[in-house]
Amino acid sequence: MSDATSGPTSAREAVLARVRAALAEATPADPPARAYGHGAAVADVPALFAERVADYRATVVRVAPSGVAVAVAEAIEGADSVVVPDGLPEEWLPAGLQVVHDESLDATALDRVAAVVTGSTVGIAVTGTIVLDHGPGQGRRALSLVPDLHVCVVREADLVADVPEAVSRLVGSVTAGRPLTWISGPSATSDIELERVEGVHGPRTLHVVLVGG
Amino acid sequence: MSATFVGMPAFPTAAREALGNAQQRRNLRHATHTIRDKRARVVAEVDDWEELRVAGAAIKDHVLTHLDTYLEQLEESLTRAGATVHWASDAAEANRIVVDLVRATGSQEVVKVKSMATQEIELNEALEAAGIDAWETDLAELIVQLGHDRPSHILVPAIHRNRAEIREIFLREMGAVGEPAPAGLTSEPRELAEAARTHLREKFLRAKVAISGANFAVAETGTLVVVESEGNGRMCLTLPETLISVVGIEKVLPTVADLEVMLQLLPRSSTGERMNPYTSMWTGVTPGDGPQDVHVVLLDNGRTSALADDLDRQALRCIRCSACLNVCPVYERVGGHAYGSVYPGPIGAVLNPLIRGTSSAVDKSLPYASSLCGACFDACPVRIQIPDLLVRLRTRVVDEKRGGLPSGEEIAMKGMAWVLGDADRLERAQKGSELGGRLLRRRTSLGRLPGPLSAWTDARDAPTPPEETFRTWWKRERG
Ligand code: SF4
Repeated sequence: MSDATSGPTSAREAVLARVRAALAEATPADPPARAYGHGAAVADVPALFAERVADYRATVVRVAPSGVAVAVAEAIEGADSVVVPDGLPEEWLPAGLQVVHDESLDATALDRVAAVVTGSTVGIAVTGTIVLDHGPGQGRRALSLVPDLHVCVVREADLVADVPEAVSRLVGSVTAGRPLTWISGPSATSDIELERVEGVHGPRTLHVVLVGG
Repeated sequence: MSATFVGMPAFPTAAREALGNAQQRRNLRHATHTIRDKRARVVAEVDDWEELRVAGAAIKDHVLTHLDTYLEQLEESLTRAGATVHWASDAAEANRIVVDLVRATGSQEVVKVKSMATQEIELNEALEAAGIDAWETDLAELIVQLGHDRPSHILVPAIHRNRAEIREIFLREMGAVGEPAPAGLTSEPRELAEAARTHLREKFLRAKVAISGANFAVAETGTLVVVESEGNGRMCLTLPETLISVVGIEKVLPTVADLEVMLQLLPRSSTGERMNPYTSMWTGVTPGDGPQDVHVVLLDNGRTSALADDLDRQALRCIRCSACLNVCPVYERVGGHAYGSVYPGPIGAVLNPLIRGTSSAVDKSLPYASSLCGACFDACPVRIQIPDLLVRLRTRVVDEKRGGLPSGEEIAMKGMAWVLGDADRLERAQKGSELGGRLLRRRTSLGRLPGPLSAWTDARDAPTPPEETFRTWWKRERG
């Protein structure tokens, strides 16, 4: 509540009063018993993650730590400009690559950049999802949204099996006020006769580099 | 601007019109069966699906029976995070708040993320009346908006349109409101999506104000969640300077951990995917990232009417996944428009009379728009007992009627039930109106109908009947 005028305040009081009146006779329901799974038994988490991400028609390559720069070079081949966020590990980028550093480019300037390379916070195997909390190496939200190609580096150490495990890892980011972006494949629509088309407004190509070790 | 539902005919009339539209029926059947099969496959993958459903229902029940506490907590968390919270008792109040906020920015236009709540309050019409352009950015909503049409499904609002129609709409309408569709546009979905991308990119890049809803709002942190596919949501939530989110009071969740249940239930039930392409979460203002002027409008608009009763209340658990629409034999045949609301299908048949009351013809007739087969309950990720609620609402409608003299509307409704209740009579009635349709081809409406039906058509023109009814078509095609 922010407005000191009587209008908004009275609407607030009116809504809360209606809620309280409605609940006067209600039987209070307990908080949920959480009988569902937390941390699915997955034999090979990286393999399942790679398979499920690829199911969304994203490209996935698995490399050793020393192979990231080469994989990134291959992923951005043909892109005439590449933007990177602050805090992205130097060794992930091909030597001598000309990159645009994000110095609060406005949306129009960002729209002229072909590709972005970011890190990530968590990867979820069962759903093939990557989560960014937009901390160092991941950039503000617009950065991984406007360019048409998103190359995302995911560390195997950041993989979890299922959604509840991911949420446990992400609670700290949310509590700290960080935004989260959950990404499962490239942007897609099924709005025209339910035919899936990849690439509407978000990056039309998602290229995931999964780093082992 | 999308047409409104005001003055919609009651369900039997609207349903009968829809039954006559063979193209819509084919589109709908294909759509509902495709999504239904996808949903069944991804739900079967989850061993603890039942436990998740039970937890989803329990989370919502707990919130709803402590709603005042969680709303106040949400307000406090949002305010702490730099957002401004507004409260709206009804649609008019919410619209006024949003219009004033947009005006204060000086902007003449807004970009919008698909949101049921803003459709419910008819925000686009309010913005239009205030001279503000509201651009829908979800592909299906764009199709609906450019086609001057109404949404017919929660998840795929333009499901009643096929690719050829969409191409025509784009070619005809895009140029008038921005970047035109390319001249050589074909009806390939990929090309149509590309045309939408180009058309909307211009708007995203210049937009100063965005309006969204929210799928969930977390009380402990003040975090809002938007679940989407295309990235138009991310554009709206990220690029503009001002973000206004209209959030129904039933959307609140106590904790971040509750999202681990909802983010498993919703995508699998909704699009039949393990996870939707994009989910955005934001907590008030993030310095240096995204909108720096963040507003949240908490909307009642009748929700508290469904809150008191221990059974009715479960309708407010709804997370708008649309699974119940896709399994419903009635929805599959009549489509979304017949329900006269932004909430169609089984949940609409429950929610509309509960939150709007049963005084209008359409809301009185909605509880009857079901065969009570129970498929909706089985599909519902938060275990809403839709058939039970429908039966109770029917009793309520009947009890209310006993109170006074039968109205013209009721007599008309009996007539409709009689017509719909027998296949031969339905056919004869449709034949009759089909002939009328041929004679009146150049008119777009019939004006006042004779006999008991006049109770409905006095207030508005009935649309011209289709030239070929579904039954005639069926006979010709299959007979
Ligand atoms: S009632 Fe249940 S199945 Fe229907 S839209 Fe709501 S949550 Fe989904």
